[in-house]
Amino acid sequence: MSTKDQDQSGFNVSRRGFLKGVSAGAVATGLMKGTKDAGDAIVDAASPTIVEAGDVTVNLNINGATRKLTVEPRTTLLEALRNRTELTGCKKVCDRATCGACTVLVDDKPIYSCTMLALEAEDTKITTVEGLGTPDNMSDVQESFVENDALQCGFCTPGFVVATTAFVRDNPGATLDEVREGLGGNLCRCGTYVGITEAAYDLAQKAKGGA
Amino acid sequence: MAKTAWPSPDRRKHIGSRLNRLDGPAKATGAAKYAYDMQPDNLAHAKLLQCPHASATVVNVDLSDAEKMPGYLGAIVVKDRKGEYPKISYAGDYVATICCETEEQVMDALTKVKVEYDVAEPLMDDRNPENKSGRAQTKTSTGGNMEAGFAEADELIEGYYGLAVITHCCLESHGQVTEMKGEELHVVPSTQNVSGYAGTIAKDSGVAVSNIKVDCQYMGGGFGSKFVADKWGGIGAQLSKMTGRPVKLMLERDQEIKIAGHRPSAFANVRLGVKKDGTITAYEADAWGSGGQQRFRVPPIPYVFTKIPNWSYTGQGITTNRGLPRAWRGPNHPQAALLTMCAFSDAAARLEMDEVEFFKHNLQFVDPDMADLYAEEIDKCAEMIGWKDKVTKRGANGDGPLKRGLGMSIHTWGGKGHPSGCAVSINPDGSVAAKMGTQDLGTGTRTIISLVIADTLGLDLEDVSLEIGQNAFPASGASGGSSTVGGVSSSSRDASTQALNALLDKVAPELGVTADKLEAWDGKIQEIGNESNSMPWKEACSLLGGMSITKNGSNPTADKTALTTGGVGGCQMADVTVDTETGQVYINEYVSVQDIGLVLDEKTAESQMYGGAIMGITYALFEEGVYDNKTGAMLNPDMEFYRLAGLGDIGEIKTHLMRGPKYEDKGVIGIGEPAVLSPGAAISNAVANAIGVRVPELPLTPDRVLNALGKGGVA
Repeated sequence: MSTKDQDQSGFNVSRRGFLKGVSAGAVATGLMKGTKDAGDAIVDAASPTIVEAGDVTVNLNINGATRKLTVEPRTTLLEALRNRTELTGCKKVCDRATCGACTVLVDDKPIYSCTMLALEAEDTKITTVEGLGTPDNMSDVQESFVENDALQCGFCTPGFVVATTAFVRDNPGATLDEVREGLGGNLCRCGTYVGITEAAYDLAQKAKGGA
Repeated sequence: MAKTAWPSPDRRKHIGSRLNRLDGPAKATGAAKYAYDMQPDNLAHAKLLQCPHASATVVNVDLSDAEKMPGYLGAIVVKDRKGEYPKISYAGDYVATICCETEEQVMDALTKVKVEYDVAEPLMDDRNPENKSGRAQTKTSTGGNMEAGFAEADELIEGYYGLAVITHCCLESHGQVTEMKGEELHVVPSTQNVSGYAGTIAKDSGVAVSNIKVDCQYMGGGFGSKFVADKWGGIGAQLSKMTGRPVKLMLERDQEIKIAGHRPSAFANVRLGVKKDGTITAYEADAWGSGGQQRFRVPPIPYVFTKIPNWSYTGQGITTNRGLPRAWRGPNHPQAALLTMCAFSDAAARLEMDEVEFFKHNLQFVDPDMADLYAEEIDKCAEMIGWKDKVTKRGANGDGPLKRGLGMSIHTWGGKGHPSGCAVSINPDGSVAAKMGTQDLGTGTRTIISLVIADTLGLDLEDVSLEIGQNAFPASGASGGSSTVGGVSSSSRDASTQALNALLDKVAPELGVTADKLEAWDGKIQEIGNESNSMPWKEACSLLGGMSITKNGSNPTADKTALTTGGVGGCQMADVTVDTETGQVYINEYVSVQDIGLVLDEKTAESQMYGGAIMGITYALFEEGVYDNKTGAMLNPDMEFYRLAGLGDIGEIKTHLMRGPKYEDKGVIGIGEPAVLSPGAAISNAVANAIGVRVPELPLTPDRVLNALGKGGVA
């Protein structure tokens, strides 16, 4: 580990320092897309500086509030939400972008938070299932999930609710086949797909009627 | 006196209706907190270090480098009872557990543990019955006269059928959060067994059962794999003792799939003797399979058709180096259904007899008490799927590459309620509080208990305040074998009836009649047959003065009224299309018809039916633990390659619950298992009908379908 941009303890690396230090191409690409000062991420390939571990501070806009969190550079958005805030609605299930249980909205787009770094999410608008509604004040999607019994153990439910929220918004009037295709990125083990399909289809029809 | 028996249909306000599950809003908004979500102050994280070898002896575990890692708090090295390093008998078993401040730090520290193994060659091949090991066992059983049975037959049908090992793949992995508070161990586990959990962690944690406090409000799926604390429960408790910290230890996804339970495989060569009219004269099976390191239990064959006059089976267990088997939703019945119903389908095809007619003809060989039920269900199922209009002879499905086919299966299950306790209090302010040490796996248990108490007391659902999920409450059984709904509905009916009767004693003098002339209905206590002589609920409760009524109910009920029985039947039919060029199987329609006695909440009951069908479609088409026979490694311990069905994989599913007095008089019976028993057989039969040849093993993956087509069939 180089100490070029790091203090002696190995902790408290500034975000700017981390960005300079990143040498992994894939990560840097992600950072360039996701951050305003992406120019900082230009890497000198001849003498890469690798920051493997250590704490960094990240400011995340979650459900309308800015949260200052201490994470590691490798900490995923999912881990940051689940381990560094009280927002545990997004679930860790496959941890590799297969099951969708970790789905959150980033700048209103549904993403698998297990495959986005917390650092990449800085300067974005993050919405978790908790930001969509509360038990006493549910969103239309949440109400429809309850009404259609689109949930059993409930572990996949937050991911499905978030994915459905984006799907219905983007696909008013969707057909049943479009629902099945559009929500195919989330998995359930209990077998709640019939209720989910009905909920999403009903909502899509209502969305069209209201448009 | 109000009676313990289920109320008559005109006194069922909630029972049998369509209610939204009470915890739906908490689950849909992320407010529901699971074990995996717990964040007590000062939480530390722990993870298991897995052995990559399937057969090995641990020689040495060196923690010295791990101990120097940032955030390191402690470790437990696995030792056997003699204090020696353990023998490893399946890949993924764990040798040490590390505890650190953060999850990231644990991951790093685990990489620094140095383990030396003495590696041996594993035994993995469960498809070859010649693979015997020292612990393999054979069981045989027979009835009637096999020789005579086959002599009587006009046709001899021989087939090979089998199911691969599958896993539970619970979305919330196994694990718990442990914390020591003085002498007390507080555990939030992901469990199917709130009341019994403490007894399974006491020894490993070194804490007396009476000092173990269990709290599980939500759990993310168990399906039979979460009845006990497991060794990692005790390890978590030991780490909490060692560090003085709350410790979260949840399995990683690959660990969940590799070591947290699987369904044993089963294979069989089956011989069936049949007469020309379709009557079965003999059933013979040479079965084998593997429960990993544990005993192989022969599936109950011949399944459902237990009165076939001449039958015999041999069942041979093969000990393999796989993780431990656990009950998997309807243990051994999906296997039994496949090993029986596929042979029946092949016999019907040989005789060129309609499959539905063949099954109905042989209902003479099912439990006589069930024969009429099955006939009714088969007819209903056939009507719903449009069997008569759609069905063709096996393999006669046109010249194109897409072949459509229909198939069926029937099944049985017990589902009688487990022992259960419930405390119900009626308070002077009119509020009602109930407590029970049960768990809601997502089956609707909270909703069921609340609606039973509400109907018993003539109240609305929101008038009942229910607490479950803690072992401090009256003990209730583990949620397994579809026994929960019968148990919790009986104990809550019993407790609330007793409480009501105590209240009626107070109200009777005020209304000028004896208590046996009173009933609770529509928010009032009223005279039976004279509704104008009544008192509002709250006013009635105010007669209690300062004292609440609290009554403990149970299953079996105090007065021995039977509110739950066991023994159900069901029929399922599949309509599939097979692409004979790619081997892909598509579900067009799936129909599930089921008897479950008295339906309490139709909506959540239907969800169990849908869930069973979907989980069944998943194991019929996709699920398989793939192991490397040379190394014993599981090759697909993830969710890309251990495939679960998605939203677009299940076709149209239709369900029907048998209703009416004939069924409802049986009392409450569970539905979790019956719904999942037939899909493997029904879908396999539909595929055989479509392509003209049997695909012998589940899952019906494209390679297996193409292999079967290569040996015959109609491409």
